[in-house]
Amino acid sequence: MLFGFEWDTSSELAFAWSILPILLIGLWVTVQATVLGFVVALVLGLILAVLKGAPSRLISWPANVLCEFIRDTPLLIQLFFLYYVLPEYGLVLPAFMTGALALGLQYSAYTSEVYRAGLQAIGRDQREAARALNFPSAHTFTHVLLPQAIPRIIPAMGNYLVSIMKDVPVLSVVTVLEMLNVAKIIGDRTFDYMVPLSMVGGLYLIMTLVASAGVRLLDTRLPKQGLPLK
Amino acid sequence: MTDPIIKFDKVGKSYGSLKVLDGLDFEVKRGEKVTIIGPSGSGKSTVLRVLMTLETINDGVVYVGNEPLWHEQRNGTLVPAGEEHLRKMRRQLGMVFQQFNLFPHMTVRRNIAEAPVKVLGLSRQDANQRADELLEMVGLADQAHKYPHQLSGGQQQRVGIARALAMRPKVMLFDEPTSALDPELVGEVLNVIARLASEHDLTMLLVTHEMRFAREVSDRVCFFDKGQMKEQGTPDELFTAPKEQRTRDFLKAVLNG
Ligand SMILES: Nc1ncnc2c1ncn2[C@@H]1O[C@H](COP(=O)(O)OP(=O)(O)OP(=O)(O)O)[C@@H](O)[C@H]1O
Ligand SMILES: [Mg+2]
Repeated sequence: MLFGFEWDTSSELAFAWSILPILLIGLWVTVQATVLGFVVALVLGLILAVLKGAPSRLISWPANVLCEFIRDTPLLIQLFFLYYVLPEYGLVLPAFMTGALALGLQYSAYTSEVYRAGLQAIGRDQREAARALNFPSAHTFTHVLLPQAIPRIIPAMGNYLVSIMKDVPVLSVVTVLEMLNVAKIIGDRTFDYMVPLSMVGGLYLIMTLVASAGVRLLDTRLPKQGLPLK
Repeated sequence: MTDPIIKFDKVGKSYGSLKVLDGLDFEVKRGEKVTIIGPSGSGKSTVLRVLMTLETINDGVVYVGNEPLWHEQRNGTLVPAGEEHLRKMRRQLGMVFQQFNLFPHMTVRRNIAEAPVKVLGLSRQDANQRADELLEMVGLADQAHKYPHQLSGGQQQRVGIARALAMRPKVMLFDEPTSALDPELVGEVLNVIARLASEHDLTMLLVTHEMRFAREVSDRVCFFDKGQMKEQGTPDELFTAPKEQRTRDFLKAVLNG
């Protein structure tokens, strides 16, 4: 029994059917961790992109070092760091939050590069027009550069969304009951790993296909010339 | 005689060893319509870009309305200007680009109204009204809600002109405003510029290869070569009786070419 659901081991099919609701609870956790991690990666990545592009070396250098550090170390280290070290400084977060944060942190190093490439692809003419009109530089960034960069970076960001989803099982090491962890617990208790693990594989496939389709839809829907401002 | 509104005082600008402006002396009076002509690479665009603060200078002083553009007075000496000074100076100038440089994700109206709202502090409503008046003036009153890619090149450039005018600059800079256009669309843009040229107060500095047009609208034509002004005069003087051999060669090449 898990989450109040009994399993039925009379046949493989009955077993699969009986553990589906349990796995779906795990799936919901996986989805939540993915979404939260992705949002953190999008926000933090944007901040890092801005810092890395700062005219002052005093700002861009630490941001670059931080990104390099994050990229060159395993996700697990950042996860352990947040989970075991932060509480020593009085910051105790639930395991789920810590996990999503670690995912977001890890991927912010990658998304920041996507932002940078997207922003650099916008021609000098746009910056010059904004300058000639005397736009404040923050306004140029938020209303001229970013709206034009976003449609271009959707496909790359979509790839990272799927990657984050596939990395969520790492959170199981800090006790998060995401889908794979749930399947493993079922296996431990029933000595049947085959069925729950195959189901997790299938559910993952469905999730990634849905996510990719969503990203592609967004990609075709957004006007290529930028998020419209009326 | 009134003071010049624009003055280049021995201005130098180079990219590495390439001198683009070479001790340039050049003045424009208030309300004057001046056309710059000259061969490719002579520094025509650079003059406009320096004025629009898109390009820095290495030497000399540029004055706009008696104030140094790229410098500030501090304790009696000139020091390189900070962003605040540049922002203040930039308000006096508007620029029309060869490639239009419209914001592709903004409607035509928003392209024009954005700066009045964000920079001048107009309400969105007042700025939209200003945009609509300008669109009326450039003959695009019915295009306010379209996006730039839905317009022809000539229409886009007219929006570009309206956008610059919305800031009510004292000086308008035009950098080959028609050279990116199909021949049949040149006329509609030149018409708008000609109408502007009839405004007494507006100072205009125009780089163009449209010699006939230059002749019609300019008070003065300046011939640039190798980063210097080699000759200047009224359109009649310069086009019918150029003094310099260089000017004669250039005019012969473009008028026959
Ligand atoms: N960013 C840059 N780096 C290096 N050289 C540059 C740069 N910008 C301009 N130049 C060079 O400076 C010179 C003058 O350029 P400018 O654009 O002022 O000429 P122009 O008179 O406007 O010519 P055209 O008629 O071709 O537009 C050219 O030789 C150009 O190649
Ligand atoms: Mg040029």
